[in-house]
Amino acid sequence: MPNLSKGPKVRKPLHLHEKKLKSLEKKAFEIREDLIDMLVEAGSGHSAGPLGMADVFTALYFHVMVHDPKKPGWKNRDRLILSNGHITPIRYAAMAHAGYFPKKQMMTLRKLGSPLQGHPELEYLPAVETTSGPLGSGSSQAAGIAYAGLMDQSPWRVYCVMGDGELNEGQVWEAFQFAGNNKLFNLTFIIDRNNIQIDGATEDVMPLEPLVDKLEAFNLNVIRCAGNSIRDFVSAVEHAQSISEKSTVIIADTIPGYGIDFMEFDFTWHGKPPKAGEESQSAVNHLRTLAGRISSEHE
Amino acid sequence: MAKTKRPQKGINKEMHLVRHLFNEDKLKHVPTRNGYGEGVVEAGEANKNVVVLCCDLTESTRSHLFKKAFPDRFIQMGIAEQALASIGAGLSLVGKVPFISSYAAFSPGRNWEQIKTGVALQNSNVKIAGAHAGLSVGPDGATHQMLEDIAITRILPNMTVVVPCDYLETKKTTIAGAKKKGPFYFRFARSASPVITTKQTPFKIGRAETFRFGEDLTIIAAGPLMYEALLAAEMLSKDHGIEARVINCHTIRPLDVKAIVKAAKETGAIVTVEEAQVAGGLAGAVCETLALTTPIPVERIGAQDRFGESGEPRQVQEGLGVTAPFIAMAADRVLQRKMGKRVSAIPAHITAAEQRLELAQKEIMSEALSRAPKKWGGKKPNNTLKSRKK
Repeated sequence: MPNLSKGPKVRKPLHLHEKKLKSLEKKAFEIREDLIDMLVEAGSGHSAGPLGMADVFTALYFHVMVHDPKKPGWKNRDRLILSNGHITPIRYAAMAHAGYFPKKQMMTLRKLGSPLQGHPELEYLPAVETTSGPLGSGSSQAAGIAYAGLMDQSPWRVYCVMGDGELNEGQVWEAFQFAGNNKLFNLTFIIDRNNIQIDGATEDVMPLEPLVDKLEAFNLNVIRCAGNSIRDFVSAVEHAQSISEKSTVIIADTIPGYGIDFMEFDFTWHGKPPKAGEESQSAVNHLRTLAGRISSEHE
Repeated sequence: MAKTKRPQKGINKEMHLVRHLFNEDKLKHVPTRNGYGEGVVEAGEANKNVVVLCCDLTESTRSHLFKKAFPDRFIQMGIAEQALASIGAGLSLVGKVPFISSYAAFSPGRNWEQIKTGVALQNSNVKIAGAHAGLSVGPDGATHQMLEDIAITRILPNMTVVVPCDYLETKKTTIAGAKKKGPFYFRFARSASPVITTKQTPFKIGRAETFRFGEDLTIIAAGPLMYEALLAAEMLSKDHGIEARVINCHTIRPLDVKAIVKAAKETGAIVTVEEAQVAGGLAGAVCETLALTTPIPVERIGAQDRFGESGEPRQVQEGLGVTAPFIAMAADRVLQRKMGKRVSAIPAHITAAEQRLELAQKEIMSEALSRAPKKWGGKKPNNTLKSRKK
């Protein structure tokens, strides 16, 4: 077991000022809009999961993580592993906003020759950290990366985003077992608990609850938060960073399709984008007017 | 003057292929996965022990047709391919005939050991239905495309491996698979492909069929690329007077050794065609057979030691060099070799595909980037985005 006496220190205060929170919330909706534009250009790809996770990715890239988009290979960067690779469009959109690559590239998603492959690929875009898509393996890779980080007493942390349907895979529980056993406190799993998978509601296809109890039984520190509240999510991460003898799992309860009312809570939007035309226009309009959070002059 | 018997050439009428084989407008295009969906329902009607298991991909594998017809015999696995294979094996040990269905990338991709031990080594009666095989899942990219399935299943003792060429043959394969005892893997695709066979087309597991006669070389193909092989043979005949025999080798294991050796002896040159890694795939099976029996020149069309990538399925197929023009190039090279002529170190069909891919990538990227809106640093008004257009 790695030496746990030295490891990541808190490198960045996560306290959220009201102004910063407002700007993050605004950004999350800009990113959602770009996400829809990008998916419609591509003509295929996943909608519901990415929309639901826009707030988490915005918080990670613009507040939580210590990273430098201009130096994606910087050795002391925090690592973000996307285990459920199919929601990568939201990661791509957030990365473009953060400056990892020109926003223009969003035009090329899923097209021949694009660095933005349908599922993230390390060889095409090194800043995605790992190649993923087939579910489950990202969780174990994240545990491997975190283990190496502790072996070297590195200052960085690992965040591993996973789907809830993904928890059907046995490998995920092997990763939890390993993280629990090795007290990988530099590793935070973030489960997108949106309650849907391709064939329907998670609790109909293969029930996960009582999820908190199951995860705690694996010797993990479990925090449940509102995944569409940036404030709540950031405070969950703050909590995770204060635990030094366990890996943390943040169960982020999210609304699939969040921000577009005809998509919200509807599992049929798991794997397709809105159709170009009336449907996509209406999607964009929904995003712009949601709860009056975005001013109408925004373009 | 006595009439000399000339070798047969052209399409084999006894195969009862569709009438307008080379008229793209009249050809029906149907995804081969539909053949699985319909076939497994028929198999279920014939045998009440047939059960279908699926990993959260009920509609896209077309298992939903069976679920609708026989809800009590459909088993939802959740996203758990390793359990899928082992639970399937368990069911078969008590007399069920399980069709375990998922994407080929995950089953047999992820659960290979469970298949090796629980299905092949135990010799259990499990049918592995590999959906979205080959490059047909296009934009999803290399993680979801499956090019290695033929290689990893055909080396398993006891396993039968079938790669049907169209929707109808997939249906026949599914029905035959239910009747045949023992481990059985078959693959099918997501995107629509030409339906070239008919109900009358002969089909028997383990028997390769000659779809076209010819004596100059033999093209051995499996899967929907069969149509590209036939197109290539027509091109060769029309443009160069070369007559290629075309064999539909749907069963990769057990391989129809007799038919392949006969073709090797009679035509002296072979081109294999598949939407899979040539290393270990149909090409591997054919080359092993020929090396042990009738060593003759072989050229291989398929993935050349590389993965696929995101793009429309047709673009990726062309970029990997598996369509008719590349098959014709491989035919040309194999004929040169047959005649003992020197050929380039790297085959032209490989370099041409690489060039084609690079060019297509450049064109597609620059077209997409040229339409970038102002908000993303481009020149076009934001309302020119597809999502904003009326």
